[in-house]
Amino acid sequence: MSDSEIERLISEDGIRCDGRRLDEIRPIKFQLGVLKNTDGSAYVEWGRTKILVGVMGPRESHPKHLALSDKARVEAYYRMASFSVEEWKSPAPSRREVELSKVIREALEPAIFVEFFPRTSIDIFIEVLQADGSTRCASISAASLALVDAGIPMRDLVASIAVGKVEGKLVLDVQDKEDKAGESDMPMAYMPSKNAVTLLQMDGQITHDEFMQSMELLKKGCMEVYKKQKEAIESHFKGAVSNQEEA
Amino acid sequence: MTTFFEPRQLVSPGTLLAEGNYQSGFNVYRDNGKYYASMVGLADIRNNVVSVIPLRGCYIPQPGDVVIGKVVECISTAWMLDIRSPYQGVLFASEFLSKPLNPLKEEARRYLDIGEMVVATVMAFDRTRNPSLTARDHGLGKIHRGTVIDVDFTRVPRIIGKKGSMITMLKKETGAQILVGQNGRVWISGKSRDEEAIIAEAIRKIEAEAHTSGLTDRVREFLVNRRR
Repeated sequence: MSDSEIERLISEDGIRCDGRRLDEIRPIKFQLGVLKNTDGSAYVEWGRTKILVGVMGPRESHPKHLALSDKARVEAYYRMASFSVEEWKSPAPSRREVELSKVIREALEPAIFVEFFPRTSIDIFIEVLQADGSTRCASISAASLALVDAGIPMRDLVASIAVGKVEGKLVLDVQDKEDKAGESDMPMAYMPSKNAVTLLQMDGQITHDEFMQSMELLKKGCMEVYKKQKEAIESHFKGAVSNQEEA
Repeated sequence: MTTFFEPRQLVSPGTLLAEGNYQSGFNVYRDNGKYYASMVGLADIRNNVVSVIPLRGCYIPQPGDVVIGKVVECISTAWMLDIRSPYQGVLFASEFLSKPLNPLKEEARRYLDIGEMVVATVMAFDRTRNPSLTARDHGLGKIHRGTVIDVDFTRVPRIIGKKGSMITMLKKETGAQILVGQNGRVWISGKSRDEEAIIAEAIRKIEAEAHTSGLTDRVREFLVNRRR
């Protein structure tokens, strides 16, 4: 590659490399109840990112000494398939996967009524089939739908999205290419009806003003994801709405 | 005093249901004077109590419930029963046998072995300890014959029907004994295995079409056709 041929990620008129505007999210498709042997499940296609989530529980906590006497133990297992990234990923759990498991668990736990099920455990299995940026955001959003499908009581759905800084501009919903080339990445998980942030991370460098702008952008993005989540729930359970006779 | 839903509207966790002087029923929580759904289901209001009829969920034992349990563990003087709930039921020997059981002389397994089914009622449960069960009342005890099937716990009210309409119809049409456990297990005892299989099929039909109207008549028709 000649050094004069540097690819621009954002065009002069503010269009990104995949044709999106700066504050436009990728096409998102959620689906509930895709697995038979779990208590609840969800699948998401978030642009080119594809993630499958299965939830087991609340069930008896094993090993028993890890059970908590006052609440359910929530555990997330984030895993990337070897074929999920361009370079083959070693199937052994990496540092990044362990960290993301913890981060995702902590983003979801405030939404769950864990105190309803003392001494039990709720396990969330996240399988990233194809990764193209924002996998933690997609995982959190899909996992909260899988929790709904499992019938676990929750305060609100958790919607999540990331804002990045690319070529000096703030962009909503960063994809892999922008994440790698960009100056900063800031994912957030949010419970819209509670106006509560359950996850906020940032790497790279941004100014205070940019941070405040990012927060507005993140909230807007989360509301859009929230809408998609509600639509997915509605289309999955719509058959039940016409319920006429019940005991 | 306002509600923000149509009766029987589909709601999901976090949906604002009402604001003002209400009471929160099942699957509804209160936050700052506002009432929100905590589960996916159908919103309902009765006598100022806002509740959500769940569409998904697991069985939580309530004292007085009749449940069907499967023995998974035999301890010296008690059995642990799987009752399709996050918590296993405990059935003490004194709540099952009419005489005391001396663990030095005989094993609990002699009376109730792993894999066997028991009809029991929940005596007490407060989530800090496993629910304690009793099988000493009339109509309770070990299941000796028939078929036991697992059904979705949220479909139990539908299988029973309004004032027991569905279950009464099933029993009348088939002459079989049917017992619906609150925990989502149904015991069917009919004249033959084939007969039981047909009833099981009918219950699967109720489970799958729980939301449709005129189901009782359709299930009756189904039974008549299958048994001809």
